[in-house]
Amino acid sequence: MKHDAKHDAASAPATPADGGSPEPVLVLRDAAVAVGGRRLWSGVHLTVRAGEFVAVLGPNGVGKSTMIKVLLGALPAAAGSVSVLGQRPGGSGDRIGYLPQRRNFDASLRVRGVDVVRLGLDGDRWGVPLPFAGRFSARRRAEDARVREVIALVGASAYADRPIGECSGGEQQRLLIAQALVRRPELLLLDEPLDSLDLPNQAGVAALIHRICRQEGVAVVMVAHDVNPILSYLDRVVYIVAGGAASGPAAEVITTETLTRLYGTPVEVLRAADGRLVVVGGPEAPALHSDRHDAHGHRHGALR
Amino acid sequence: MNPGFTWNLIDDVRWMWSLPSMVDAYRAGVVVAVLAGVVGWFMVLRRQTFAGHSIAVTGFPGAAAAVYLGLSATLGYFGFCLGSALVIALLSRGGGVGAGERAHASALIAVVQALALALGALFLELYGGFLGNTSAFLFGDFLGITDTDVLVLALVAVAVLAVMAAFGRRLLFASVDPAVAAARGVSVRRMNVVFLLVLGASVAEVSKFTGSLLVFALLVMPAAAAQQLTARPVRGLVITVSIGLLVTWFGLAWAYFGNQATGFTITTLAFACYLAAYARRLVAGRLAARVAEAV
Repeated sequence: MKHDAKHDAASAPATPADGGSPEPVLVLRDAAVAVGGRRLWSGVHLTVRAGEFVAVLGPNGVGKSTMIKVLLGALPAAAGSVSVLGQRPGGSGDRIGYLPQRRNFDASLRVRGVDVVRLGLDGDRWGVPLPFAGRFSARRRAEDARVREVIALVGASAYADRPIGECSGGEQQRLLIAQALVRRPELLLLDEPLDSLDLPNQAGVAALIHRICRQEGVAVVMVAHDVNPILSYLDRVVYIVAGGAASGPAAEVITTETLTRLYGTPVEVLRAADGRLVVVGGPEAPALHSDRHDAHGHRHGALR
Repeated sequence: MNPGFTWNLIDDVRWMWSLPSMVDAYRAGVVVAVLAGVVGWFMVLRRQTFAGHSIAVTGFPGAAAAVYLGLSATLGYFGFCLGSALVIALLSRGGGVGAGERAHASALIAVVQALALALGALFLELYGGFLGNTSAFLFGDFLGITDTDVLVLALVAVAVLAVMAAFGRRLLFASVDPAVAAARGVSVRRMNVVFLLVLGASVAEVSKFTGSLLVFALLVMPAAAAQQLTARPVRGLVITVSIGLLVTWFGLAWAYFGNQATGFTITTLAFACYLAAYARRLVAGRLAARVAEAV
């Protein structure tokens, strides 16, 4: 199935229409989640197929990352049904790649990027890696090759042998995407991967994720609070607000009508000359949490 | 008994090793250096040096209490170091390596350390203020090491290294990247407990050798020097253990011929290694920058 999607990549920009997977990677039906007895969101319907790129949007504090936790099986759904790769969440760990919310490696961390990627492949194994095993073990050689291959895929070969603490934010993020991809997952769960990157790096990493999604036939679910860097790549979005959710193509969901209905208060979606979407009038309450990051003035006014 | 240092090195070594206590000291030194290197490399990587230091400090009242009660000091080191490691492990949050988790742990560790020092003072007082071993407990006494001590040290080291061999890769994952490790089914909290216990046992061993206050000579300095030299985990471990062995061997010889405390000699040599590694990285960085400029 993966390979079908790969061949379709050029001809099917939006959804792999034919020959793709009959079996969806991800199905949520009327799903809801509660944390500490408080209902965070409900009424989420979503189907994601191989090679599709879906974003989870909404104001901060609404529980977007919680959605990833539900898909990983770390948190139960409070209502509705959730199926991941044909199983209940948490039942198919190896086939899911997960990139947690932005984590910066300490500048003094003296471990190479390639080691961090490799831990994504074998870090949960018992024992220790033996030196010179590559000379005796075919499996070890195959693993070494896979690590190098996935690093090349994300374009990180030039700095993968440097200590990861010395890499820039964008370089670290590419290496972490390689780490999430190294086991050839069928589903990639990304939690704010563009967060705290500068604009050129946001564009670069977004394009990279899109390319991987199409080339490798991986389904991507990405939590984002700014849709603009990925807007042109998305097959579908899920927009979550306190109490409700809407899903569908971005052009249908991120509209004045849908968001006004969702928020229950007049909201206007404006399109800037460069195609960027700006949501005006949405409840601002916790939305400016994003000020925990420095130097991100560009994000103000963009869709949160 | 000490004929003094001559430039006939082979005779020097032969003379030194004709004394059973020196042979035991060298045996213990090898065991301790290997163990401290492996565990210390992870401790530096996980930034749990403060925990390591405090656990070591709790070894001092442990040894004092054991001697006061007529037991072996080794028993006191192990009992108190493992006990304090367990307390820190069970009361700290999460995997112990996140920023908030470390902040929480640091206050906890300080509490344990303060209590330990107070207990040390108490046991000294109980002993009548005349515990001749105080200096040995704090700064190490290599001539006090017996055959039995070497056996105990070796057995504990084998056990600890077996645990490290079983958990090594998972521990590295949980240390470097706890969030993803947890998602992959590695229990970062359990890893923290396991590692702190391993650290407790290792610190007790090293304390026996260098004294409670100078455990870092073998636990931190070789690892910190190695991390200056390489970012490769396996190579880093090999360099750490090699530095540990070298400074122990030369430190013992220096202590023997120079009539110095091992704590002082080993620490000085390890510090020299760290300085050299730091300087090498500095120079290599400058050279790389100059080459990059020239290109």
